[in-house]
Amino acid sequence: MTVSPLAAWRDRLAALAPVLDVAEVPFRSQLTVRVSDPDAIAAMGATLGVLFPSAACTFTSGTGRFGDVEVLWLGPDEFLVTASPGLRVTIEEVLRGALGTVRGSVVDTSAQRTTVVLQGAQGREVLAHGCSVDLHPAAAPVGTCVQTLLARTGIVLQVTGEDTLTVLVRSSFAEYFAAWLADACTEYLAVP
Amino acid sequence: MSFRTDTGGAIDRNTLLRFTFNGVEHTGHPGDTLASALLANGVHEIGSSVKLGRPRGVVAAGSEDPTSLVQVEAPFSEPMLLATTVELYDGLVARGLAGQGKLSSEPDPARYDAKHEHCDVLVVGAGPAGLVAALTAARSGARVVLVDEQNQAGGALLGVDEYLDDRPSAEWVADIVAELKSTPDVLVLERTTAFGMYQDGFVLALQKRTDHLGFAAPASVARQRVWRIRTRQTVLATGAHERPVVFADNDRPGIMLASSARTFLHHYGVLPGSRAVVFTTNDSAYCAAIDLAESGVDIAVVVDARPEAPARLAAECAARGIEVRAGQLVTGTEGPGRVTAVQVGDDRIACDALLVSGGWNPVVSLFSQARGTLRYDAELGAFVPGRELATVRVAGSATGELDLTACTRQGRDAGAGAAAAAGFTSGSQVPLPASDSRCTARSGLVLWRVPGNDDASFVDLQRDSTVADVLRATGAGLRSLEHIKRYTTIGTAHDQGKTSGMIAAGIVAEALGVELSEQRPTTFRPPFTSVSFAALAGRDRGDLHDPVRVTSIHPWHVQHGALFENVGQWKRPWYYPQPGEDLHAAVLRECRATRESVGMMDGSTLGKIDVQGRDAGEFLDMLYTNMMSNLKVGKIRYGVMCGVDGMVIDDGTVIRVGEERYIVTTTTGNAAKVLDWMEEWLQTEWPHLDVHCTSVTEHWATIPLVGPKSRAVLAAVAPSLDVSNEAFEFMTWHDTEVAGVPARVCRISFSGELAYEINVTAWHGLAVWEALMAAGERYGITPYGTETMHVLRAEKGYPIIGQETDATVTPQDLGMSWAVSKKKPDFIGKRSFARAENNRSDRKQLVGLLPVDPAVLLPEGSQIVETDRLPEPPVRMLGHVTSSYPSAALGRTFALALVRSGHERIGETLYVPVEDSLVPVTVTESVLYDKEGARRDG
Repeated sequence: MTVSPLAAWRDRLAALAPVLDVAEVPFRSQLTVRVSDPDAIAAMGATLGVLFPSAACTFTSGTGRFGDVEVLWLGPDEFLVTASPGLRVTIEEVLRGALGTVRGSVVDTSAQRTTVVLQGAQGREVLAHGCSVDLHPAAAPVGTCVQTLLARTGIVLQVTGEDTLTVLVRSSFAEYFAAWLADACTEYLAVP
Repeated sequence: MSFRTDTGGAIDRNTLLRFTFNGVEHTGHPGDTLASALLANGVHEIGSSVKLGRPRGVVAAGSEDPTSLVQVEAPFSEPMLLATTVELYDGLVARGLAGQGKLSSEPDPARYDAKHEHCDVLVVGAGPAGLVAALTAARSGARVVLVDEQNQAGGALLGVDEYLDDRPSAEWVADIVAELKSTPDVLVLERTTAFGMYQDGFVLALQKRTDHLGFAAPASVARQRVWRIRTRQTVLATGAHERPVVFADNDRPGIMLASSARTFLHHYGVLPGSRAVVFTTNDSAYCAAIDLAESGVDIAVVVDARPEAPARLAAECAARGIEVRAGQLVTGTEGPGRVTAVQVGDDRIACDALLVSGGWNPVVSLFSQARGTLRYDAELGAFVPGRELATVRVAGSATGELDLTACTRQGRDAGAGAAAAAGFTSGSQVPLPASDSRCTARSGLVLWRVPGNDDASFVDLQRDSTVADVLRATGAGLRSLEHIKRYTTIGTAHDQGKTSGMIAAGIVAEALGVELSEQRPTTFRPPFTSVSFAALAGRDRGDLHDPVRVTSIHPWHVQHGALFENVGQWKRPWYYPQPGEDLHAAVLRECRATRESVGMMDGSTLGKIDVQGRDAGEFLDMLYTNMMSNLKVGKIRYGVMCGVDGMVIDDGTVIRVGEERYIVTTTTGNAAKVLDWMEEWLQTEWPHLDVHCTSVTEHWATIPLVGPKSRAVLAAVAPSLDVSNEAFEFMTWHDTEVAGVPARVCRISFSGELAYEINVTAWHGLAVWEALMAAGERYGITPYGTETMHVLRAEKGYPIIGQETDATVTPQDLGMSWAVSKKKPDFIGKRSFARAENNRSDRKQLVGLLPVDPAVLLPEGSQIVETDRLPEPPVRMLGHVTSSYPSAALGRTFALALVRSGHERIGETLYVPVEDSLVPVTVTESVLYDKEGARRDG
């Protein structure tokens, strides 16, 4: 039996509709990859069916043998590969194979963070109450991925659609994140 | 008697608002401030002064007012608000203050909020210059934020009845605001004060969102919001504040700034009195005199300090029967409270209002905060912005410019310049308005004070600081304005010297006989106006004050009545009391159960770092004092980590999971610090090492299963694992399945007992915990918390980083020389171990203490002395108690302590002062239980 960090928050998060449709997407497969060798990066991408992001603060997505896979740029040599639940062991293996003897590392960090999807036209607005990154669509277009602070917790923020934001938050901070989000939505919920 | 005009002003005369001030009920209208409503009711005495108790009134109409401090009592008690900036609402209850208010002891029920905003051009101030600047920038397509402290745009135009381009100025303002609000990516914020300007275009602004709604404020809407604005370019159109002139008894209620009286008239429809004297050094006060006269105020006389009155304005006065006396001064005032007469030369002139103008001070606070330099303009008698900054422009009367068209031209240039600097090309040009103002923009005479009774000539009315105080400071030899400010406290009140600072500087310069251009003005610091702590805290209070980190097993702990201990941001179970148990009883029970049968705890908060790479072993050899590269795959080693000074900073276990891969654990509180420490060395000193570190703290749930029966419990839930001592040795690990879940089981003990640490992904933590509870039921498995963990490890003399150590403790001091490699050529901290200081025999060393009376529990932190009687001070302290507990296993109390020459003192009796007695204790080795380690293998 598995329990996700925000299982107990499902109803409270759902109650934030219609301001935001908020749902935890639990148990995603997540692998932290440290690598800078271009050939190894290309090989890893080929294995997953997705081009690794080359620009800072972006993510890429693609579809391959592991279905839909996203690769998030977290730093000059750091990436986070995310995919559907249940694939973490296999993906770790194939990434390690693609890395070969090249300098780098692959670590299963699937349970380190949980994934929360926020859908709604006011998502950027709500997060602006706690996030200092410029979330204006011109500054943070679809495909943006930043590691930043939301209020007092670190998050990874992906702009996954015009009105869709995906937040990855450390499991131990997930309840704080949910409580903060609910509080930040209060005013928006009150406005008819 | 009402001092409300029949028409005019931005108030709604058809709606009546009731309010109570100083216990008396009054009425006002929507659009009033508390100050304007009080003045309309003829109430000029607001409070009294902080030191002298002199009655004080309203000096200015806006946030620069030095005197009208009130305590709002309802709807929520709030101290130190200015009557001039409190918008009136029905049911308001307030009272005047004597310089000090009282914070409510009740929690503030209102919500507070923060929001981040980004823009290309920020314009501060929605007066004529700011409006044109904002519109110019907006038409270029830039992202624009316009903030203004008043409840509507217009700035100084709100206080006059001028026409711009032959139509009321309000229409011109409304058109611009409408265009701004309909332009995409333009944000207009009313009731918003930019109160702090910092590096790199970071500006803080406070928006008062529902204050003005009073009892009707919706509970769900944040009452105030701090805007955290990051802008590429800024236009400061912050305007100018009128400056008074100092003379004897210049602090009476009824004495106010001339332009403020004009603002009360035009914006609020309020007259300052029935008969007024105007005292001015410049033209602008003539407009106030003429406007008030036309509204029915008897202007007794206009006293112009200049040798000659301006001919055209003097003629306009004459046409209205207003006497003008040039070359004269107001030398004093009279009145029981409010002013009743003014002394002009030898004449005593009866009046109930005295309107003063000493010229205009550009508002340069934000410019100065942004590190802009100021320059003294002798003609204005004021500091004005010096050189422009690369990202900050100043426009309008904030530059010292007084002509409206010129101000708006500056606004247009600044708006276009800022937009261009941010990469935008100008759109269609904003036309500049022309004003019909009578009062030509001309500087007047610079006059700081009229000689008279220095003790009653107030420079800073809020601080009760007088000319005499300033002269006392200069007389004492103080020359710097910064020093004089601190000596006299001028400019340190809520208003930060908006009306007094410049005058103080002028009086100082006169007294010292120096030019003001040689004087450096005092530094302007945020906040520009008062900001409540509640607003700064925003929603970071209550449950959101600090994140509470919890493990995946946390719900179980809550369900089973655990009490929690904060460890960093984590909530960790402290102990699990059963009915009737206190800490002491619960911990004794938990300890006994664990030592005699089996216990378990939630160790998920332990820091865990995955260290990978060809050079991982070499890297860990450098980080830990002992050797890690020779650890075999499948094995585990305890390790100590030191800083470059050789002092212990952390400890934990190192698990070799592969040829090029280790998992290291850290103490709960140091997880992030140790990862940073590793990254720092990798990135700055050893970039050549092929090593990468990744935090996996929260990926794993960790459950220590401890006690002689732990093997049987583990065997029950891990059927495929050979748990025998031979197959699963101490300090080794095995991957297996526990309760059907993939798990890594490590044989590690922090208690001396047979013990296992079971690691599963956090998702499985709760289920595995419950499976272990069920499997251990027949052995009376007992969950235990951090307190029991502390006792169990202390009985074995295992130190806790941060409890036994304090950044002055070496591994050798802890009796861990065995963990310091003598073979390794180098590691962090090694160099320090050769220092003479490290090798002194009288260093403080970790030992055990057994009170001679086995029932006495030493308080942690107690000092340790050598003799059974305290000698005369200074008493030599040998060290202190670091941990102290009653022990079920030992059947007595015991303690750990750091003691000078501790290792040599084993067997000695020392003394611990506890309250009035000296408690004798026997020094022992730090390991007090199972010295031979017989219990380790079960």
